[in-house]
Amino acid sequence: MTGTPAVLEMRSITKEFPGVKALDNVSLTVQAGEIHAICGENGAGKSTLMKVLSGVYPHGTYDGDIYYQGDLVEFKDIRSSEQVGIVIIHQELALIPELSITENIFLGNEVRGRLGISWDQARQQAIELMARVGLRASPDALIKSIGVGQQQLVEIARALAKNVRLLILDEPTAALNEDDSEHLLDLLRGLKAKGLTSIMISHKLNEIEEIADSITIIRDGQTVETLDVRKGEINEDRIIRGMVGRGLSSRFPDHEPKIGETFFEVKDWRVEHPEVPGRLVCKDSTFHVRRGEIVGFAGIMGAGRTELARSIFGRSYGRYLSGTITMDGQQISMPDVLSAIKHRVAYVSEDRKALGLNLLDTIQETVIAANLPRVAKHTVISDDEAYLAAEEYRKSLNVKTPSVKAGVAKLSGGNQQKVLLAKWMFTDPELLILDEPTRGIDVGAKYEIYGLIQRLANSGKGVVVISSELPELMGLCDRIYTVFEGRVTGEITGADATQEELMRLMTGTGVGAGSR
Amino acid sequence: MSSLRQFGMGFALLALIIFFQISTGGDVLTSTNVQNLIIGNSYILILAIGMVLVIIAGHIDLSVGSVAAVTGIIVALAIRDWGIPWWLGVLLGLGVGAVIGAWQGFWVAFVGIPGFITTLAGMMLFRGLNQWIGQSNTVPVPEGLQKLGAGYLPEWGPNTGLNNSTLLLGILAAVWVVYSELRRRRGAIRLGLTPPSVTAAAIRVVLSVGVIAYATYLFGSGRYGTSFPIPGVVLLALVIIYHFVASRTIQGRHVYAVGGNRAAAALSGVNIRRTNFLVMMNMSILAALAGMIFVGRATASGPFDGTGWELDAIAAVFIGGAAVSGGVGTVIGSVIGGLVMAVLNNGLQLSGVGSDKTQVIKGLVLLVAVAFDVYSKVQGKPSIIGLIFPSRRDRGPGAVEGANTPQAEIPVEEGATAAKG
Repeated sequence: MTGTPAVLEMRSITKEFPGVKALDNVSLTVQAGEIHAICGENGAGKSTLMKVLSGVYPHGTYDGDIYYQGDLVEFKDIRSSEQVGIVIIHQELALIPELSITENIFLGNEVRGRLGISWDQARQQAIELMARVGLRASPDALIKSIGVGQQQLVEIARALAKNVRLLILDEPTAALNEDDSEHLLDLLRGLKAKGLTSIMISHKLNEIEEIADSITIIRDGQTVETLDVRKGEINEDRIIRGMVGRGLSSRFPDHEPKIGETFFEVKDWRVEHPEVPGRLVCKDSTFHVRRGEIVGFAGIMGAGRTELARSIFGRSYGRYLSGTITMDGQQISMPDVLSAIKHRVAYVSEDRKALGLNLLDTIQETVIAANLPRVAKHTVISDDEAYLAAEEYRKSLNVKTPSVKAGVAKLSGGNQQKVLLAKWMFTDPELLILDEPTRGIDVGAKYEIYGLIQRLANSGKGVVVISSELPELMGLCDRIYTVFEGRVTGEITGADATQEELMRLMTGTGVGAGSR
Repeated sequence: MSSLRQFGMGFALLALIIFFQISTGGDVLTSTNVQNLIIGNSYILILAIGMVLVIIAGHIDLSVGSVAAVTGIIVALAIRDWGIPWWLGVLLGLGVGAVIGAWQGFWVAFVGIPGFITTLAGMMLFRGLNQWIGQSNTVPVPEGLQKLGAGYLPEWGPNTGLNNSTLLLGILAAVWVVYSELRRRRGAIRLGLTPPSVTAAAIRVVLSVGVIAYATYLFGSGRYGTSFPIPGVVLLALVIIYHFVASRTIQGRHVYAVGGNRAAAALSGVNIRRTNFLVMMNMSILAALAGMIFVGRATASGPFDGTGWELDAIAAVFIGGAAVSGGVGTVIGSVIGGLVMAVLNNGLQLSGVGSDKTQVIKGLVLLVAVAFDVYSKVQGKPSIIGLIFPSRRDRGPGAVEGANTPQAEIPVEEGATAAKG
């Protein structure tokens, strides 16, 4: 391009796994001092490309050349890429919860004194690094005691401690709330101004649009195009078109809601924190769901939406204090998960890997896991019936797998989410609570999940969707409740919802005037 | 869990037997030797059955040897001093196991003490109780119990050249193999699935029946009065029952679910506490049974019975393909693992190798077996045996071997995706 030197050039990278070509002739050019975004659906090969770059897949296991600062480089492991200043921050943070911020920043990169590690010096340097990334905490604080946003900053401080010159961030804001994301993006801009080059993988297209200087789009293991944002004319729809290979006229399937009468009501729901007595996580929450309705719950992280959902679902979170649940006109009690399932309430958890799936299981085993008696006679499970059930969901939910006997661990995020939905659809629920149903999955799979949610609603079930993405709630839901600090602060019909109004209610601004 | 692993282990067992059979000049596969092999190892194999469930659920039980010992002494004393019949003694022993199991299950499931700690305490506690109650004496047990530990099935009926009880057992086993194959086909057809290929089914049946026939001949053709041993019958019954429970029932699925992902299991309606409690309790009941079989064989209960059994049982389970992190393992695999150790012991002994070297070899075998497991999971290679003997879990095309091992997938240096908590 125009004279700016390319700090990194990856030329015709091809990486094969047994039976799969993960990368097919991918090229990537990153200019010095820019923020370069990599976009693509899940499974497109973004992470694989970054693993090739950072030496996770050593030289020799892939074809193609990497030029870094003009030189041909052959990394044999992560250490050798770090030596020249390439540092990768993975989506799952590699921090040790039981160690302090200082200890984590210098983990594997210890400050040596005359006798072993010089902790005084390390602490001093940690304070400086923390100031650079804007992390306000004690350097002696344990990682487990600080928030995810701050943890992400520790990761960046750690990269800076390694004299990073090319920073790779894999989904850095996936787990962050709006404030923390904003702070992180500001930080990246600041570091860019000081000459740092970054590569960022993200699904959040609005962020990419906001921060990236250029964008490389990868689809099915191949480079589709590289867009130059500085020249303008790049918007989210343009990026999506490149990612999915077609224009998405709408990001939500068309849907004509068929809303019936109210069948599920929660009144004055009070729940105490499981470990801190006296601290309420749900404060007199009241809401209702009608048949055929999709009800959204908006709120910032930690507002208490998941806590509310899980305390209702078999009291699987916190200590129940008071409040009533009415279903189909009758007051019901769900003291444990089993009784919740019997009352035909389903909760699809937010964290697929930690809370939703047993990664050792096959698809078939996962589908039947929450309702084993349905395929069992006298507690003996029929493998054949389980197979048929799983097979049916594989077809109807379009799960991409060679067989339902395949392990769920190998599926992509979107397909894992579909299997998880199948598991709960198999319990034949009347009310489904979906907690962050599209987190970390790609645009195409999101569209399918939305369609599925609408289908469930159309069949007369009530669906509750908890999401941190406001456009998703506004596009999908017939009605949205906002939650702030354990309190339901507002209720807006989907048609009237604006991002500003939701944000106002979600952050407690003006609470007390409009609602109880 | 992998059936390939299991059959790989079965194959290794077969190879081991053939190797020793040749190297000892035919001393391994004699009626007397195989009978003794079963009698001498049945109690460890029974422990392995309970232990694999404990390990699948994500715990460990170090107390089994001590529990066996304390049960042994209580039963021996009760029979000698209170004059109760031997079978009542056995029931009493199972009751003792249940009480001890409830004790340990309580600490693990309801108080939340890790199984390692609870049973380490139990190991000392029940060893001490054994010596306290028995005053470190050896107490003899009556003939009934001795039969349970080392007896043979009766001789009856016409002279077939074999022990008729053993013959009957063999015939029943063969009929069951054929019947279950037919049943599987019928079930598949009824639900509109493609039944397994006729050739594979035929090969499977012929091989299984062949093995059964040979075993029947081997166990039944010993000197008059010997047969397939009684502790072997007990073991066989337990293997069948527990294999079925673990792989085919709701309760069994719950054990795998708890070990695989506790949080997900809880949110799927699995009663975690109950599952943990039952698993620990079951282990102690089986340990009590193993203890009684052992004192029967030893003809007396002593203060050092069962020392080191926990390690033999745990080794059997891990050779049999279970994972330390829980969620993975099979009953059959664990029994095969135990048999590998037993044959190794026996073969080396027959070859005149001392116990010092035998220990070294057994240690290496454990290491190599698990290392092989890790390696083959990374490679994901299919095997001929796996194609002939598909397990119920891995049937059908595209059964991805190694799909269960996210931890061994990619050599990430740091931040390796912690697939399990």
